[in-house]
Amino acid sequence: MSILVGKSTRVICQGITGEAGKFHTTKAIEYGTQMVGGVTPGKGGTELDLGVGKVPVFDSVAQAVEKTGANASVIYVPAAFAADAILEAIDARLPLVICITEGIPVNDMAKVHRVLARSNTRLVGPNCPGVITPGAFAEGEHKTGCKIGIMPGYIHRPGTIGVVSRSGTLTYEAVWQLTQLGLGQSTCVGIGGDPLPGTNFVDVLRMFQDDPGTEGIVMIGEIGGTAEEEAAHFIEAHVTKPVVGFIAGQSAPSGKRMGHAGAIIAGGKGTAAEKMKVLKKAGVKMVLNPAKLGIAMKELLDAGH
Amino acid sequence: MKIHEYQAKELLAKFGVPVLRGQLALDADATAKAFTALGAKVAVVKAQVHAGGRGKAGGVKLVKSADEARKAAAGMFAKPLVTHQTGPEGAKVRKVWVEEGCEIARELYVGVVLDRAARLPVLMVSSEGGVEIEEVAARNPEKILREWFDPLQGLAGYQARRIALKVGLAGDAFKAAVPLLQALCRAFLEKDCAMVEVNPLVVTKQGGLIALDAKVAFDGNGLFRHKDVVAYRDKDEEDARESAASEHGLSWVSLDGNVGCMVNGAGLAMATMDAIKLAGGFPANFLDVGGGATKDQVCAAFKLILKDPKVKAVLVNIFGGIAKCDVIAGGILAAAKEVHLTVPLVVRLEGTNVELGRKMLDESGMKILTATTIDTAAKAVVKAAQGGKA
Repeated sequence: MSILVGKSTRVICQGITGEAGKFHTTKAIEYGTQMVGGVTPGKGGTELDLGVGKVPVFDSVAQAVEKTGANASVIYVPAAFAADAILEAIDARLPLVICITEGIPVNDMAKVHRVLARSNTRLVGPNCPGVITPGAFAEGEHKTGCKIGIMPGYIHRPGTIGVVSRSGTLTYEAVWQLTQLGLGQSTCVGIGGDPLPGTNFVDVLRMFQDDPGTEGIVMIGEIGGTAEEEAAHFIEAHVTKPVVGFIAGQSAPSGKRMGHAGAIIAGGKGTAAEKMKVLKKAGVKMVLNPAKLGIAMKELLDAGH
Repeated sequence: MKIHEYQAKELLAKFGVPVLRGQLALDADATAKAFTALGAKVAVVKAQVHAGGRGKAGGVKLVKSADEARKAAAGMFAKPLVTHQTGPEGAKVRKVWVEEGCEIARELYVGVVLDRAARLPVLMVSSEGGVEIEEVAARNPEKILREWFDPLQGLAGYQARRIALKVGLAGDAFKAAVPLLQALCRAFLEKDCAMVEVNPLVVTKQGGLIALDAKVAFDGNGLFRHKDVVAYRDKDEEDARESAASEHGLSWVSLDGNVGCMVNGAGLAMATMDAIKLAGGFPANFLDVGGGATKDQVCAAFKLILKDPKVKAVLVNIFGGIAKCDVIAGGILAAAKEVHLTVPLVVRLEGTNVELGRKMLDESGMKILTATTIDTAAKAVVKAAQGGKA
């Protein structure tokens, strides 16, 4: 079992003829993802040969959905046009939109949220690594998984740990630790490091709690904002599965922006210490050392939590 | 991106926000001339630096003659201005703004920021103007009035009237407040601002409204569509290494420690800094080389780290996803050849093409300490920085 994406997910790629779109569509097909089409305005009617398979290209998301029966979209469109791409996907009534693009102006996202709130679309990202439900693994073969995004497929294994994170490479780090300890993953969701993500910790935690295929949850937060605090309240009230947590930026000074637009401590709020305190109080096993995420999860499961 | 007060006022004035007449001066004599040219009985000399808290630090002086203006400016140019936002080393003053005085009846606080929790921009107004808004927020949160507005429509007239009435404005000041508040919100949206703050917004004895101070900061992601804003950039006010890094597409923040860091991804970079601190060391910088780092970027990043004389050891922590470990290794080796490497280097590579990357480093003949986990890498680099052999 899994959340958000799986075997029945049929994906189109917005921005498929760009370098990132082409590269990651190829990797997704190799992993077993059903990449059913792509969208690049002005290049509709052509077919993109990626070596691992041919993908039809459409001028609009609506056309792509009509012709392919897609139920998810992944966006690699450059930042200046990405908000428009999200709006187009919402307009085409896609139930799931995953936006990888980083650097979208925050005001553009504030406008997107006004439209998103009135729709039935779930947006993941922007500025995120994407979502993966790992598939059965054999040496040199990844054929049954669903990988939507830029994460390296081979570090994942199918299993029962749900991973949710605001970070990209730090998620890979956690996943790799789990995999090496023999703990596979049900689904890994990168919610992204931007100030206005489409999906928050609470949304993903609710799905993991309701997913019978998920037995434990790894949650990776960052300084800035209040998403971790909201997650703590939710966990305290609703999550019965074991949760391991880490907050990146314990050593970050106040007022400095640490790469992610979201990762900034302002006016003493959004500090790592505050977030760790409330998560601990909610029953989350917090690790101070990022190298201990995997082992902490294993210990919780072994203790028969 | 931050800009100066005088630039913020120029920008806001274009949106219809009333400001006082003023002139920019680059030295003490020019300040005296500016006073005379303004022809006002009283003027204020204000140091232009990208930091708040200037008033308490002596960066704002009331003057009544050209000679007083000259002396006030000379004092500001003479030594760095130390405010609670600059750190103990202070900020060098390169420009002052000379502005005519006005008769203040009342001071308000006005700010526009993004409320992440509400996912909407919010206009904040407080009757407690002229002081640190964080202090008001902590002491009397009820004294900050808020009006959330739709980014697709801007602040509606009724919303501006509602908040102006609530803060107790009446008569001419009330009438002037409505377009002024709308203008601030319009500027926030149209110019992709991260913050617009007018503190204080003064009600003059004549009943008019004036933006006596102005602070505007921009969302870096929105700059591509605002050439006029980019022109306001003052590189003198920015950390030289942060600017150099951004030219190479790297995200850099200078810190006080002695362990140089190079990591891919902001989250992993912060986590690596945390691990260094846990191991008893202190990071010299935050550096995110990004998801798809090229050889040139890695090389540039490496040189930046080694330029800092405080750095006693360097830690490279890369989890290759899109970035391939062999590319990173190539960048490290290329940089090490160009720059004479005198400090210990600890490298932890994991992910795509890791075997190839490790092999390149091993066969290079360079003294590189390799580690397989964040933990062991952090411990090794801290030990090396403290002078012990790792």
